[in-house]
Order: sequence, then C-alpha cells, then structure tokens
Amino acid sequence: MTRSYLPHTAVDRQAMLAAIGVAATEDLFADIPAGLRLDRPLALPAALAEQELARHLRDLAGQNASLGEYACFLGAGAYDHYIPSVVDHVIGRSEFYTAYTQYQPEISQGYLQALWEYQSMICALTGLDVANASLYDGGTALAEAAMMACAATGRQEVVVARAVHPHYRIILGTYAADRGLTVKEAPFADGATGVAGLAELAGPATAAVIVQTPNFFGCLEDVAAAAELAHKAGALLVVAADPVALGVLEAPGALGADIVVGEGQPLGLPVSFGGPYLGFFAATEKLMRKMPGRIVGQTTDFEGTRGFVLTLQAREQHIRREKATSNICSNEALCSLAAAVYLTAVGREGLREVAELCLKKAHYAHAELVNRKVCQPVFGAPFFQEFAVRCAKPVAAVNAALRREKIIGGLDLGRYYPELAGCMLLCVTEKRTKAEIDRLVRTMEAVS
Amino acid sequence: MRKAEALIFEKGQPGRRAVDLPACDVPAPDAAALIPDAYRRKTPATLPEVSQLELMRHYTALSRRTFGVDTGFYPLGSCTMKYNPKINEDAGRLDGFAALHPLQDEATAQGALAVLAAMEQYLAEIAGMDAVTMQPAAGAHGELTGIKLIRAYHRHRGENRTKVIVPDSAHGTNPATAAVCGLEIVEIKSHADGAIDLDALRAAVGSDTAALMLTNPSTLGLFERNIREVAAIVHAAGGLLYYDGANANAIMGVSRPGDMGFDVIHFNLHKTFATPHGGGGPGSGPVGVKSGLIPFLPTPVVVAADGGYRLDYDRPLSIGKVLSFYGNFGVIVRAYAYIRAMGPDGLLAASRDAVLNANYCLSRLKEKYHSPFDRFCMHECVLTSKNQKPYGVRTLDIAKRLLDYGYHPPTIYFPLIVEEALMIEPTETESKETLDGFIEAMLKIAAEAEEDAAIVKNAPATTVVGRLDEAAAARKPVVRWQP
Repeated sequence: MTRSYLPHTAVDRQAMLAAIGVAATEDLFADIPAGLRLDRPLALPAALAEQELARHLRDLAGQNASLGEYACFLGAGAYDHYIPSVVDHVIGRSEFYTAYTQYQPEISQGYLQALWEYQSMICALTGLDVANASLYDGGTALAEAAMMACAATGRQEVVVARAVHPHYRIILGTYAADRGLTVKEAPFADGATGVAGLAELAGPATAAVIVQTPNFFGCLEDVAAAAELAHKAGALLVVAADPVALGVLEAPGALGADIVVGEGQPLGLPVSFGGPYLGFFAATEKLMRKMPGRIVGQTTDFEGTRGFVLTLQAREQHIRREKATSNICSNEALCSLAAAVYLTAVGREGLREVAELCLKKAHYAHAELVNRKVCQPVFGAPFFQEFAVRCAKPVAAVNAALRREKIIGGLDLGRYYPELAGCMLLCVTEKRTKAEIDRLVRTMEAVS
Repeated sequence: MRKAEALIFEKGQPGRRAVDLPACDVPAPDAAALIPDAYRRKTPATLPEVSQLELMRHYTALSRRTFGVDTGFYPLGSCTMKYNPKINEDAGRLDGFAALHPLQDEATAQGALAVLAAMEQYLAEIAGMDAVTMQPAAGAHGELTGIKLIRAYHRHRGENRTKVIVPDSAHGTNPATAAVCGLEIVEIKSHADGAIDLDALRAAVGSDTAALMLTNPSTLGLFERNIREVAAIVHAAGGLLYYDGANANAIMGVSRPGDMGFDVIHFNLHKTFATPHGGGGPGSGPVGVKSGLIPFLPTPVVVAADGGYRLDYDRPLSIGKVLSFYGNFGVIVRAYAYIRAMGPDGLLAASRDAVLNANYCLSRLKEKYHSPFDRFCMHECVLTSKNQKPYGVRTLDIAKRLLDYGYHPPTIYFPLIVEEALMIEPTETESKETLDGFIEAMLKIAAEAEEDAAIVKNAPATTVVGRLDEAAAARKPVVRWQP
C-alpha cells in the first residue's frame, strides 16, 4: 500500500526486506506470540481521500454553533478575545509546530529563545522572578502550585477560596487526593473572598492560601490582604490571575504573592471547546528549584555566543524519576509561543488598552441591565469583565431566547453554587460591540 | 554562521505596536474609577514595542533557527516524530471547532461531542479496551489519570495497595507519576535485553501491589515475549497492568494491549496519531480502561442520548477532573482526521512500515555500530557507541556530528540500562531514500571517528551556536530578560 503519508512502494519494501534478510514483513513480528496477534482488521471506518475528509470535517464542524456566528457573552474560564492575525501566522510556521522538545539546543535556538522571551513576559506580567515554559492549563497549574507549596513548606493543608473556578477546585481535589493533603474552602461574601474567612482557616498546618483574581464571579480580590494573612500563618500565597486583566491590575507579585498561575488562553488562543490551553506558572526566586515543568535558561557557547538551553533539569522526571518535582513532560509549548506572539503584538500599551476595553464594556453592559431593571445585580464587589445578575426567568429560558437572537448567553451559576440558582454569569470582552451588548440587553428585557 | 539573534526586547521603539485596537464604543467611566486604587497597576508591564513587520521578522528568524519534522529527518527514539498531515492543521482551525466555547449548551456542540465519542470508540478498538477518556493533556498526564483510576479501583474494593512496580528500563515519567500519586516505587531489574525478569517480578508482587507499569514494545524497542506470564503474575497478586502507550506505533492493528492483559492504557496522540509535537506540546494523552474501571473515569463522560450526545457529570465514583474541560480538543480533532484518513488498513500498514524502517536502519548500521541485542526490533532500535569508544568518541559526539549532516540526532543516553545508547525511531512516514541518506551519514561519522576523531568531538561546526555551557546555565540561572 502506498499512501500520501506512507511513501514505500512494493519495490521499496522488497529491497528493504532483502537488505534485512527476511522474506516478509511478518517475519519481523515473530516476537509477538501467535495468540496475541489480531487476526481481523480493526473495526474502524474505511479510509477517506483528502477531499472526502475535508468535506466530512466541515460537516462535523458545521453541526456546532460557532462564535463566528454567535455573539458570545459566556466566559467562566474560556474567553472570546480577539486574536491578532500574526499569532496564527507565526505558530503555523512548521519549523515550530513540527519540532520536539528542545533537547538538542544547537538546532533549537529559535524556539528556546521564543520560550525564554515568553518566560520574561510572564515574569513582567506577574511581578515574579521566574516562570516556567508552560503547564497544561489554568486548573492544573493551580493544582501544581498547591503541590509545590506543600513540598516547599513541608505542610499538608491548603486553603482555597470558594470563589476560585469550580473546575480548578475539582482538579485540586483530584491531585491532592492520593497524597494525603487536606483542602479547606473559604467562603465569599458579596462576590469576594473575605480576609476573615481565610484567616479563620489558615494556620500552622497551612502550606498555601489560594485565591483567584478576578475570581470566578469576575470580582477582584484583595491580594495584598491575602498575602499578609498567608504569610502570618507561615504559608505561601498562590494567586490565579487572568493575564489580560493584569493589563490593568497590579502585578500579584508586587502585592506579596509567592506563586502566580493562571489560564493563558486569553493570550491569543482560540476557545477550541476547552483546549489546548496554557497554564502559566511563575514564582519567587526562592522557589525556583522546586518548580514543576520546563525552564529555559540563558548561557553561552564555548566561543561566548549567547544561547539558550533547557535548564535546572535536575527537577524533572527524565533525570530525577520518582524524586522529580512533578511528572510533567510534554506541556503546551506551542501555546506559550502563541501567548508570546500575542503579548508582543499588543505590546506594552496595547495590553492595558485591551484590558480597559473589556472593563468598560462589561461595566456598560452591567449598567444597562441593572438600570433598565432587566435583572438585579448579585454582588457589590468591583469586577473586571464578568459579573453575576439575577434573572426573573430561569437562566435556561433566558439563554434559549438569546440563542434565537444569535447570542450565546451566560453561565447558570446554580450549576456550581446552589445558593446562586437563578443567577447568570455574563462576560463581556473587547470583542463585543455596543450593538451586540444592546441586543443582549433588549433580548433579556423581552424575556424578563 | 555563529551569531545570536537579538531579543524581542532589544528590538523596536517605545510607542510602536503590532496590532491596531478599536476605539471604545460604549460610554463608560475611566478605568481609574472602576478599579480600586490599591488594586490598579500603575506602571505597564515591560512588554515589547515593535511594529507588525518587526514582529514577523523576529519570529521568522527564530523559526529558521529551529528544526522540525518538516525541516528534515527526526529519528528521535521514543518520540515517534512522524509527519504531521496538513489537513489536520486545517481541521483544528475550522470555525466550528476552534471558535466553540466549552460551556456552550450541549445542543449547540453536537459535532464536537460526536468527535469525542468517535475518538473514544476508535481508541478503545485499537487498544482492546472497554472505554476511553479523552481528558488528559499529554502522555504523563494520561499516566497520572490512569494511576489515579487504579488507586480508586482498589480503594473501592476496600484495598489500600501502595506499591507500583516499574522496570528499570522504564520512561522517567512512570516512576515520577507513581510518586506524585502517593505510591511507592518498586524497581525491578530487567534482563539485558530489556525483558522482565519473571522471577524478580514474582518476588516483587504482593498484596500491596497496585500496578505494574510497562511499555510494550519496551523502551529498547523489543516486544515483551512473556507478556502473558507477566500479566498472570500481576493479576494473581490482585494488581493491575498499566500500559505506557509511548511505543504504540509498532502495534496498531497488529496486537492489542487489552488482549495482552493490560487493564489501563494511555496513548500519545502526538506520537502514534500524527498530531504535531509543537516543540513540547500541546499533546493529548487519552486513557483507556477495562470495564471494571469505568465508574472512576474523570467527569464529564460523553454519553449517547436522544440520537445525539450529552455530557454526564453525575458520576459519584469519579476521580474528579484532571483538566479544566474535556481534553486538548484541537489536538483530538487532528488525530480524528488522521484515523479517518488512514482507515484500518492504513493504520496497520503504518505500524508495519514503522517496524520495517527500524529494522532496515538496524541491519545496515550494526556493521559499524554496536547492537546490544541480536534480534529484530519493533519500531525503534537501540545501538551504542561502544565501537567508537576506543577513538575517544562518545554518543553525544555522534549526535552533535549528525547536526552537521543536517539530521536531528536519535535519542541519546536512554534507555538508561544500555551504556551510551543511541535510540533510533525512523517512523513509517520516511522514505527509503531518506533512510539511506541518514545511514550514509552515520557510517561516515563512524569512519570519521576512526580517522579524524576531532572533527566528531568538536561538532557541530555548522550550527548557529556551538556546544552550550549547560552547567553554567544551571549554576547561575538567567531565566528572564531584565531591562
């Protein structure tokens, strides 16, 4: 068989078998016991030619309501930001996306430099000393931060705000489960995590206090106060942050955070039904040698030319095996590259401008909905681009009406917080126009 | 030739930008009025300030200093650097997939759920398993998920089994995974050919054995001929068998881990199913299980309902979640496109050609390079630099010299149980001409080692930087740019 991905002709195969000194390919599989050889074809659909496959894929994609046709007011951990054209042009260069991890630095200098620049940008955003080259997503980055805090402090307990993304908290529970770690949840009031609630739970056994800002409700947390109480308990402060919001929010590192993690998807990655995303991870220099994941370092070659290598590999599984700080190997390098290109594209002023557009549009939408009495505000805490409202009708009914108007509405908060049944979490990014926001308000007004 | 590329931070001028943003079209107060002063950033983060052309030139320059499968032959053992078909890239970028929010109403995402359901079914068939979760984001993440499933399974049966048996030839992720799952590692010695020592295994198993983690073909590229006995020993002790799918490219349509006796498996879609490695991800590490472990799968699970699909979160015995949403969906779409393009006959042919290519390289290279095992290999072969050692040439030198010939080197110094190992995995997508070119280069290097060892030991001569000081990088880490 010769296919576009399988170059051998019958003549090639014969020549190779002759060189090996066997009569048939089967002879090469002699080590597999006869009873373990599959004696039938795999029950899979027959091969499709490229143009048949292209049509089939288009048909499947066409069964989904894409954000290309719908105006999206849904966030909750995946954000519909504008992706500058350059991002896909860069990550579409196949020198990058068909490469493996940079174990041969002399022929990987370009990618290593791009990752090192990405680390530098994450350090600048978070206000911390060292960032790794990526983890899988925001939720796993948060779980890895908690595990690292336990290892660094020798303590077995973490205190996490209940206002942290519910999925992140489930992942944290899954990661913590088999290690004998205890996870305690701190309550929220008026949309934000009270210092009193955290202080009550944090004590001498606490390895980390974990807050998210903006939190799951879009509200801003008092990072400085959380840092103070965490440190008073001898614990580390882990902050999960939205990287676009960091265009207008103070760097958590400057407010006392020891570890800052987050979902990097807002930085130039499509929502893509939940992945691939990007877990970013930054920490203070003191914690550098305890960090999970790959880190690129600068060095020189024997002639003194600047170059880059994977460094501090003594932390990693391929060197340390069971003593590694994490089991992570493949991570999300190409997503880090996309994030670096995004941050380069918007640049120093542009990131603030994008964040301010989100902030202002979300506040406009909130004001319109509340002032027109379309729905009621739920929380009073300051917010970034997401906010909760209480609807007169069930959230599902409101969303169904919105869908008829080509709008994807908000998240039903009752799904995660029973006390917030009937409340909807809306998200307004810089991509939403005034016309779309007004259409949202009018449609919701008609349902209420 | 030798030249550093300026950093992005060293390019551009204050005030430049690479994308134009829209004006604000809504009436709203200043940001200062919306964010409490103590929370507000006062100085922008030090991000680059370049024009769009400067951005493109920078990243184009970096791409040209990077070697991918599309650049040239990449026989990196254990990594399966096969060709990444371009239509798969197009598929992942279709609006209906890429611009699909994970929390949209399931009724509006039926095409995406159909892809997930189909992939679960296809991979279960290829592996000989009963169910699959697509959630893990990479191979090691699949291992983490699989070991957590095994722990949950034992715990549910009222057993606290605390030990994982790992052969000394295993990938580093295996012991690392067991450790992060709170388990103790029992390492057992392999025979010289990487086969499990059955006596050592019998001595290691017991009522505390949670699982044996195994790669088959082994990390030496050899099929574990005693796999049925291995399975019987572990199962008799009440343990489960975990299959590390890193080497699954040898067995598609040939033999199935489920039939060999494995209970849990992960695949690496970025190896076996042709999705790009991306320079270290994003990958995808789906996990397959036998029926007894289904109740513990991470949430949500895709289920058929009313002629379509829905997501089931009501799984009281689930281990929870290992990723925020449903897996690296964009990668899964690419692998789906690959399986549909190949069909059952194409996948079988791929594994057969992968094994043919590895044996062809082995048969031609073993005249000059020491081959530690006198038998056929599966999809990859292990050689060593033992014959070159008398000339002072080590495996690292051979790898670096290959760079001068335009090839990515094989995996080196792995598996750990073979001294000075060179592990070559050509994959099925490489032509005979490509293999011949590589073999010629390897033979030339062997000749150079004998005649002019210095040229090998000082390699590479043609790359943008020479050998780098990795010790200095680790001793005094410089891990970010500072103004």
